[in-house]
Amino acid sequence: MRRLTKVTAVAGVAVLVLAGAGCAKKSTDSEDSSASGKDCVAKVDTKVGMAFDVGGRGDQSFNDSAAKGLDKAECELGFEVQTAEAQDGEAESAREGRLQQLVDAGYNPVIAVGFAYSSAVGKIAKENPDVNFAIVDDAVEGDNIANLLFAEEQGSFLVGAAAALKTESDNIGFVGGVETPLIKKFEVGYEAGAKAVNPDIKIQSRYLTQPPDFSGFGDPAKGKTAAEGMFDKGADIVYHAAGGSGAGVFEAAKDADAKAIGVDSDQALTADPSVRDVILTSMLKNIDVAVFSYLQGVADGKAPTGPTVYDLKVDGVGYSKTGGQVDDIASKLDEYKKQIVDGSITVPSE
Amino acid sequence: MTDQRLKRLGLALAAPALALVAAFLITSLVLVVAGDSVGGVWGQILSIPEARGLTNIVNSATVYYLSGVAVAIGFRMNLFNIGVDGQYRVASFAAAVVAGEAWLPGWLNTAAAILAAMLVGAAWAGIAGLLRVTRGVSEVISTIMLNAIATALVAFLLRKAAVDDPGSNITATKEIPEGSRIPGFTLFPGAPNQVYGFVFIAIVVGVVYWLVINKTRFGFDLRATGLSETAAVASGIDVKKMILVSMLLSGAAAGLVGLPILFGEAFAYGSTFQSGLGFAGIAIALLGRNHPVGIALGALLFAFLDEQSNPLQIVQDVSPDIVKITQGVIVLTVVIAYEVVRRYGVRLEQRQVAAALDAERRTGSTSKEVTG
Repeated sequence: MRRLTKVTAVAGVAVLVLAGAGCAKKSTDSEDSSASGKDCVAKVDTKVGMAFDVGGRGDQSFNDSAAKGLDKAECELGFEVQTAEAQDGEAESAREGRLQQLVDAGYNPVIAVGFAYSSAVGKIAKENPDVNFAIVDDAVEGDNIANLLFAEEQGSFLVGAAAALKTESDNIGFVGGVETPLIKKFEVGYEAGAKAVNPDIKIQSRYLTQPPDFSGFGDPAKGKTAAEGMFDKGADIVYHAAGGSGAGVFEAAKDADAKAIGVDSDQALTADPSVRDVILTSMLKNIDVAVFSYLQGVADGKAPTGPTVYDLKVDGVGYSKTGGQVDDIASKLDEYKKQIVDGSITVPSE
Repeated sequence: MTDQRLKRLGLALAAPALALVAAFLITSLVLVVAGDSVGGVWGQILSIPEARGLTNIVNSATVYYLSGVAVAIGFRMNLFNIGVDGQYRVASFAAAVVAGEAWLPGWLNTAAAILAAMLVGAAWAGIAGLLRVTRGVSEVISTIMLNAIATALVAFLLRKAAVDDPGSNITATKEIPEGSRIPGFTLFPGAPNQVYGFVFIAIVVGVVYWLVINKTRFGFDLRATGLSETAAVASGIDVKKMILVSMLLSGAAAGLVGLPILFGEAFAYGSTFQSGLGFAGIAIALLGRNHPVGIALGALLFAFLDEQSNPLQIVQDVSPDIVKITQGVIVLTVVIAYEVVRRYGVRLEQRQVAAALDAERRTGSTSKEVTG
């Protein structure tokens, strides 16, 4: 009987937690439906399916950025859209099944958000040669697969330069969420940008977790501890590429009376209002631009295939000016941007 | 005699049936509260899956089954091995490294990897077993802690063992060579995917589990210890040894959990390897009453619900979390239903005994047989 009680307690807690998660999702759903209020074109016959990574709509970061591009296509291109999101730690067959169900329900193209879909897209695309697929952040190859890739190192170069221009202690930091090749690109670009301004600058760097532990993308407490350590050691600006953990980096910056740099979206607009003033700038990774331009290609009658790198030239990446904290150095940053675009500066990516 | 047996069988089946009906009603209630279409959701969940889906169900049931058996071995000893989750992840990683390095050719390599997985799983569970017998640490606490340590340890080691795959963000061990994979087979015509060949190993595990528990001296000792430790001590069973051995066996079985995926589909252990299988095993062992056939049915049920819930978002615009709620509710209702049915059974027995005694008194018979 003692055992039964234990089991009951565990199961009961699980049910409550899950029920809570379900409620939270409902409320975000209603939020984004109001966003598409402006004039939209008449519906056309194209149905677009999008499979999100864990977190789905409402993560204020990666998935939301992709969703923004999809919503824009729904309105401006008249596409019918459908989304589905991944579960944490799910089976490979669940990812494959999700893509196949979108295909079965008549969605074409199907866009997979995130590298977790890499092998699932490769497999399902091969089984459905008549359907077009796109995948964000992954280079899986196929005749009917488009790879939406980003030059994260270029955007990071600019915010690295911004940090080096703004720092008073010549000591800056970088917090990476999970030590993947993708996040390495952010770090390398950031370093290159900072060193372009000041070759002797000190750069502290830390990753919160190592794969397969992906909690580094969603643990503000870890982000806060890491950033606090850097501020204690003399840094006055810390750039994070750590998804949800970034909230902790902002808090630490606030406590230390220092500055932080956001990532992916313009975080001076999306972060908690109490910490927005510490956000110097954000490295923009405009997944929405990539998603929309892919769908624009579909609307024009020819779905793009193969890798497309969205870089500074096409505004796939960039930096934000919200809050006006980088206005005084904007001309210098734009000069770097011009040099990267015209090829006189080559930013390393690994 | 047969009448009694039928009654007992009826009672045994009544409990899960009652639990499922109750879970069905409670989930419907949740759907109503959430404002979703009750009919639409059940229509989707209870629809007949296509060949691809059926294959997925058999495959994930295979994995769930091994997890359920691993937990059940502990349960029979009254040990609550919550650590199956950590044990299978450490073991799968070890197997992936051994198989990926391919020190031995072909099938020998497969066998070595399976053996390595079982040993590592057993060793990881053995830590909790040792702590229990030498220091009296509750295995519930130690296995939960070991789960967290397993996560960190595997993350650390994976970085050391990972191979670079340019252009990809997935960190994974070296791929298992083709000759050492376990081939699948097509069970459902027209399916684009295949059933794991490992399903046969899972069946063997089930048979061995049943034989050892029910037909050996060791199994008898194990069950006796699980039912009453003091009685076991009195009859000369070395309880400490039993705890350690059953923890090791539970861990060895847990070591197999991730292998169907490893040898049948993923061929490497990486950042997208399925997690949380150990916790599902607890629910499934409970659902199946630790019986090899019951666990198989429980595993199939959970796999069925998983597979059928995946399209809910696309077809019904309902979050697949609803199935997680259903699975949780099933566990709760199963626990309650078994207790209700057990009490009903006891009362039924008492009434029979009373009736028999009454009859005896009236006829003045001296017969000792009362229960029939």
